[in-house]
Amino acid sequence: MSKTITVNGTERPIPSDPRVSLLDFLRENEGLTGTKKGCDHGQCGACTVIVNGMRINSCLTLAAMHDGDSVTTIEGLGTPTSPSPLQVAFVEHDGFQCGYCTPGQICSATAMLDEIAAGFASDASEDLLGEMQASPEEIRERMSGNLCRCGAYANIVTAIREIAQGDA
Amino acid sequence: MRPFAFQRPDSLAHAHELTVPEDATAVAGGTNLLDLMKLQVETPERLVDINRLGMTEIQETADGGLRIGALATNTATANDDRVRADYPVLARAILAGATQQLRNRATTGGNLCQRTRCYYFTNIDQPCNKREPGSGCGAIDGIAHLHAVLGTSPSCIATYPGDMAVALSALDATVEIASPDSDERSVPVRDFHLLPGDTPCRDNVLERGEIITAVTLPRPVKAKHLYRKVRERSSYAFALVSVAAIVAVEDGVIARADLAFGGLAHKPWHDARLSELLVGEAPSAALFDKAGDLLLEGARGYGENDFKIPLARRTLAAVMAEATETEI
Ligand SMILES: Cc1cc2nc3c(=O)[nH]c(=O)nc-3n(C[C@H](O)[C@H](O)[C@H](O)COP(=O)(O)OP(=O)(O)OC[C@H]3O[C@@H](n4cnc5c(N)ncnc54)[C@H](O)[C@@H]3O)c2cc1C
Ligand code: SF4
Ligand code: FES
Ligand code: FES
Repeated sequence: MSKTITVNGTERPIPSDPRVSLLDFLRENEGLTGTKKGCDHGQCGACTVIVNGMRINSCLTLAAMHDGDSVTTIEGLGTPTSPSPLQVAFVEHDGFQCGYCTPGQICSATAMLDEIAAGFASDASEDLLGEMQASPEEIRERMSGNLCRCGAYANIVTAIREIAQGDA
Repeated sequence: MRPFAFQRPDSLAHAHELTVPEDATAVAGGTNLLDLMKLQVETPERLVDINRLGMTEIQETADGGLRIGALATNTATANDDRVRADYPVLARAILAGATQQLRNRATTGGNLCQRTRCYYFTNIDQPCNKREPGSGCGAIDGIAHLHAVLGTSPSCIATYPGDMAVALSALDATVEIASPDSDERSVPVRDFHLLPGDTPCRDNVLERGEIITAVTLPRPVKAKHLYRKVRERSSYAFALVSVAAIVAVEDGVIARADLAFGGLAHKPWHDARLSELLVGEAPSAALFDKAGDLLLEGARGYGENDFKIPLARRTLAAVMAEATETEI
């Protein structure tokens, strides 16, 4: 029985060496270098991808643990000719400088907006059971797993806010 | 990472069989274990992925409590409506830990078993009795900023770093454990983690091949639930000191005060004498101060972490003041 992961809609074989992280699988085996390796220890968020609808750190999981799962990377969210709304907003609001953290930021923000819509609470939510808002405080807390060494945070929040308000 | 064989059992019986030998380790979310394997702090020859065992459900128990499966993600638990409504201290503690990406993978069982963040433990070039029994403790007389002030031993002064288990301790939850040779055993969370003593290599009571299947919460009580985490930045940092509190006031006196503390010891710290002292008394700054004395009786700093002693006292007072609406 061959083991596969669906990557941006296409079924791909899982490498035979179980040590391969999901991150290395995407970058080295699949050539999808949009997903970045910052720390390789779950501390920076540059490797964030969306697995079965949930954002995770692809560096702290093995490809072999994802048999049958569906992964979306930055390449699967949009293309230069057909960017996603968040990709457009990041460009418009200068939501980056060097761009290294950006794919992780955008994958993270994409899933975060779904989490807010689904009513997931955060440490910044005053009422755990209330309606969740994409306020600047909420965005900052919910995006705290994505570090930006260039410090583009203010513009990242602005870009995400624009899309969150458009959605509302 | 060292080479290892990867196994994915479909049944608990098979998982027991695979994890009994010394060279095997179970993996759930992987967010702690894989990190430590990259650092070669953990070097299993066989990695046993338990994600096919189910155990993700969160169900009501016959006596009105809640049973949280060992493989329920931290995100699923914190957002379960019953947890949010009836056990908010647990939802708050989970949400105060790590990040959304990590909580989406982290599981109940893995979170309970997460290892210390002591810098000597995670650096294989340093002495550490927990990682390598008999090699010494780098932190005593070393960098001990994050380290324990209660229940330490001459062998180890590490802290248990997690948040979720601190809330579980205040809630007096029970860990359900499946053993290879018998059926299930239940251990109160308060007894699950061990103090370091002479065997800091043991974090908790699990024996080889044992698998946590669930955590059970007792029936909810009407009370105020608070989780206060003091840390060096306001998100995405481990606790220096944390307090989980379930407190009720009736007719001007404290009717319930279940407290547990993170960041102070090798386990979530629970001292039954605190509720004995507090319950039946009118809340006041002087009373909270007495509770601080009791909590910190026997506390000892190791230089860099001396600040934790006054910090724990003040955090305890602040949480009790908020919970009882008392001016201090
Ligand atoms: C950057 C970073 C920041 C973090 N910040 C915080 C924080 O602020 N607060 C906090 O509480 N945590 C924090 N964490 C830790 C995180 O919560 C843990 O890594 C996570 O909960 C572990 O769960 P897991 O399922 O991924 O465990 P795994 O990594 O899969 O396993 C951890 C250990 O548990 C054992 N295990 C797992 N499941 C079972 C079971 N069912 N039965 C028996 N043994 C089992 C494994 O064998 C292993 O030894 C942080 C982690 C990172 C990387
Ligand atoms: S405090 Fe414990 S974990 Fe840290 S170096 Fe000493 S023995 Fe190791
Ligand atoms: S590379 Fe995964 S979190 Fe930094
Ligand atoms: S844009 Fe450079 S790290 Fe974020």
